[in-house]
Amino acid sequence: MYKIVRKKVLNPTITLMEIDAPMVAKKAEPGQFIILRVDEDGERIPLTVADFDRDKGTVTIIFQIVGATTEKLNHKNEGEYIQDFVGPLGVASHTEGLKKVAVVGGGVGCAIAYPIAKKLHSLGCEVHSIVGFRNKDLVILEDEFGKVSDKLCMMTDDGSHGTKGLVTDALKQLIESGEKYDEVIAIGPLIMMKFVCALTKQYDVKTVVSMNPIMIDGTGMCGGCRLTVGGETKFACVDGPDFDGHLVDFDEAMERSSMYKPFERSKHEAVCNLYKNA
Amino acid sequence: MPNMSLKKNEMPAQEPNVRNKNFKEVALGYSEETALDEAARCLNCKNKPCVSGCPVNIDIPSFIHKVAESDFEGAYDVISQSSSLPAVCGRVCPQESQCEGKCVRGIKGDPVGIGRLERFVADRHNQHDDRPAAKPVPNGHKAAVIGAGPAGLTCAGDLAKMGYEVTVYEALHLAGGVLVYGIPEFRLPKAIVRKEIDGLKELGVTINTNTVIGKTITVDELFEQGYEAIFIGSGAGLPRFMGIPGENLKGVYSANEFLTRVNLMKAYNDDADTPVQHAKSVAVVGGGNVAMDAARCAKRLGAENVYIVYRRGEAEMPARNEEIEHAKEEGIIFKTLNNPVEILGDEHKFVTGMKCIEMELGEPDESGRRSPVEKKGSEFVLDVDCVIMSIGTSPNPLIRNTTKGLETNRKGCFVADENGLTSREGVYAGGDAVTGAATVILAMGAGKTAAKAMDEYMKSKS
Repeated sequence: MYKIVRKKVLNPTITLMEIDAPMVAKKAEPGQFIILRVDEDGERIPLTVADFDRDKGTVTIIFQIVGATTEKLNHKNEGEYIQDFVGPLGVASHTEGLKKVAVVGGGVGCAIAYPIAKKLHSLGCEVHSIVGFRNKDLVILEDEFGKVSDKLCMMTDDGSHGTKGLVTDALKQLIESGEKYDEVIAIGPLIMMKFVCALTKQYDVKTVVSMNPIMIDGTGMCGGCRLTVGGETKFACVDGPDFDGHLVDFDEAMERSSMYKPFERSKHEAVCNLYKNA
Repeated sequence: MPNMSLKKNEMPAQEPNVRNKNFKEVALGYSEETALDEAARCLNCKNKPCVSGCPVNIDIPSFIHKVAESDFEGAYDVISQSSSLPAVCGRVCPQESQCEGKCVRGIKGDPVGIGRLERFVADRHNQHDDRPAAKPVPNGHKAAVIGAGPAGLTCAGDLAKMGYEVTVYEALHLAGGVLVYGIPEFRLPKAIVRKEIDGLKELGVTINTNTVIGKTITVDELFEQGYEAIFIGSGAGLPRFMGIPGENLKGVYSANEFLTRVNLMKAYNDDADTPVQHAKSVAVVGGGNVAMDAARCAKRLGAENVYIVYRRGEAEMPARNEEIEHAKEEGIIFKTLNNPVEILGDEHKFVTGMKCIEMELGEPDESGRRSPVEKKGSEFVLDVDCVIMSIGTSPNPLIRNTTKGLETNRKGCFVADENGLTSREGVYAGGDAVTGAATVILAMGAGKTAAKAMDEYMKSKS
């Protein structure tokens, strides 16, 4: 069992939890992920590491409440325990030797983009962060990004905070204005990553994306997380989660991620009703 | 006088048309009376050919003799001297090619039902016995085991019995390896696996789940923590795909994924949190035991048509005869001498069919089996909405990629000598991680052999 040492509601749909998991904290690097189960007989879900504290032995996860499992997780409180927490899994993000990077985060994806921006900043890399949210109520980690970025572009769909527009608008403007990036790192919804990649391809800027497909074990055993990258089948859990965005077949990834949508929806409703009636 | 009946006592089983709709155990086990009758068929041969056929060398005539005397706990003690998981082996061992294959009674008539008797003894023990396990005297030495599957659990059990302080590291949230994620409930109830693992814990074995060696902690760090010898029983968990068009459509599973969802994650329960597709028509590609398991699970989940699609003939299938027979009885349709060439999908990328081509058998290949050759122009589409690829697995690269000095072969299997010793001092390996996908009992045999070698190694050092 793994203790929740801190819980913080970041916005109505996104929650942060700091989990006591010393063995995972000791090894975790930005870009890697963990797999957790909330309770006995629960589902295994992958979540990317949002932060870690090797001294305290804790790992921070930030999750959006999208289904039954994240709903159940969100109902856990500080001091309570979750059943299983395993990691760190996957390959860490490549951050060495980069001089200037645009980090693009969308929605809860910002939770994963942040530790990478932080690491790059600590390595002396110039970091331009572009973060996008639907509206101002959903903004997370603004201060944190501010501290590790040489430039921060805050975008909202409705213009209620920062600039109105999409992250691709801001990225395009920066590139057009002459900013030369060694790499763009984009993390967010598949559709956002797809359009970031379509944009950077035009300017021939290398772009790395972090994929988060459906998976079970996270160690290469099930193959459920397979993606087509450059015409080859890759397992996100062991070959990724980071991939060259210009080679990823996003349309296939989007289709595959919808495999269990009806099941997920009805499970989520059932769990919500359970809490309502309780 | 021995019972000279030529026939092995039948084991009662659920009716095929009942059992193919539930996940309860298919075979129901011998009653005490039947067990006594079957035990009386053993001639108690002096040279014990059956024992030579057992990968863990259980003293078979001796345990059967105890059964015949109604000393069931005595029989259990004989088995457990050699086997850590008797209730498991009695169910999943291919006895026909091992102990029973060597039984003298098999020359004329059926061999003695050794597997069924083993199962009876273990089940009876598990139901009746509450003697606390005899705690071995600690010898002050520490060993680590990677992987809580059949090889690792056997190795851990044997080392613990010798007095070692043993810690088993398991990547998943539950110990058991293929016994819990792969082999279905109806063939091996998980309560039985749990009971056998509890037995190991009583011996003093510590099992650390949620620990991925090569990620959470490395082999070198285990040595730093004071383990004097390490056994790697990490299995062959990486699924293979065919590399044909359409394999990433929705509704295409590896057998590993499908079985893990159904067994480990219990997706067959309606209230499970983990989903699995409840398909109308399913094609399982492959002819091994895993393919039979996947097909029988798919049927139980409610599929109307379940096909086994295999490129060779039935005689060439690697699955046990018993599994093939069980599958057929349950209504699985065998499409042998057919090979998939493409999986077809709709505009939402769900599977709508599988294009196959007919095959015929040509000359024998390097495995000695006649190799299948395509029949030109014989393509046809099998109407399915789910495809399960069960064409084999290979070892996981996580450990070999993170451990220096561990030699592997071109298939990614660890290279180990006949005692399980790898290219690195103090590191032993066995089971599917060394052989590639094989059987539970061979893995157990390897775990046992390695435990003995590790004991000698650790003793020689101290």
